[in-house]
Amino acid sequence: MKRIDSSSLATTALLALLAAALPTDAVAHILKGESIGFFSGFEHPISGLDHVIAMVAVGLWGAQLGMPAIWVLPVTFPLVMACGGFLGLIGVPLPGSEIAIALSGVCLGAAVLLELRPPLWMAGILVGIFGLFHGYAHGSELPPGQNALLYSLGFVLATGLLHATGIAIGLIHRWQWGQLALRGAGAFVLCGGMFFLWGALS
Amino acid sequence: MATGMGPVFDGISHFGLSPEDFLPVIAVGFFAGLRGPAHSRMSLGAVTLSWFAGGLAAMAGFALPDLALSSLTAALFMLIGILLAANIGLPTALCAFLGASLGLVRGMADLSGVEESVAHTLSLLGMTASVFAVFAIAASLTIPLKRLWIIVAARVGGSWIAALGLLLVGWIVRYGAFTR
Repeated sequence: MKRIDSSSLATTALLALLAAALPTDAVAHILKGESIGFFSGFEHPISGLDHVIAMVAVGLWGAQLGMPAIWVLPVTFPLVMACGGFLGLIGVPLPGSEIAIALSGVCLGAAVLLELRPPLWMAGILVGIFGLFHGYAHGSELPPGQNALLYSLGFVLATGLLHATGIAIGLIHRWQWGQLALRGAGAFVLCGGMFFLWGALS
Repeated sequence: MATGMGPVFDGISHFGLSPEDFLPVIAVGFFAGLRGPAHSRMSLGAVTLSWFAGGLAAMAGFALPDLALSSLTAALFMLIGILLAANIGLPTALCAFLGASLGLVRGMADLSGVEESVAHTLSLLGMTASVFAVFAIAASLTIPLKRLWIIVAARVGGSWIAALGLLLVGWIVRYGAFTR
């Protein structure tokens, strides 16, 4: 891999920082009474930018890491996310979930920005831990809906599609400019995560 | 599900519009297909016949309670999903047993509370034909090609099915039986 020019990296990071400053409020969310059916479930993961950036980042990181991480991470995430959803559903308290969700953006963004290459098991554990908190946020708000399966199907599918989006974008990693752009995207995710973390802590 | 086209089509449309029915059938089809033609043939017969038998048993009044059917459905989602996601090798007989369990539970769930009649039996027949067709198509997608992306897609799909199963368990713990 050729070295990436540091000034180009700084410019990309600056642009990403400016773009991340555009949102006006933290949308790490636990909404109430919104969800019945497939579309409500589908809407939930894509209705909060904190969820979106983290899940896309999982796909981006997987694409950077290549085989087998490109599919192991997206397989791990929904499974552990469902564990979190289960805990949320049965009412197990999991304090600090909003902070953890924001932190997932920070950590995954940093991993993509720095193109970190930890062992696969370590990447899986990291993604799994964050998946747990994302799932908890979904599960804790599942109401007594008319169709449990459709709601669950909606949000699992939306999560998977966000990962697929990240992987599809990550395919540009094969080109030099693509590697740079991916790192820029990582910087964007990192800044977004920091923004949401600030919101969650304040 | 009344299509206005007769009970056979009612059964077909019921199956096609019930994700709790067609999702695990597709998943078992993928799983059996990944294991090979022998697994697929045995499982195809097992899931189809047991679906019909489960439906007949339910119409005869031998259906399990809703909570048990919901719990078994959720457990089967998890089991099938994990087996598919991990691409675990399973003997042919066990694979067929898995298909038979799915068919029995879902056939029973679909026809529970329904009185025995020619129309309902024809509806069950349409449903069973759909099970046969969908399973055969799913298995045939994974048997001959063995391309990496198909295997990966099937395994990712398996993880989603397992996730659904776990969420359904949580749902049952919190709210009781979910809608059939």
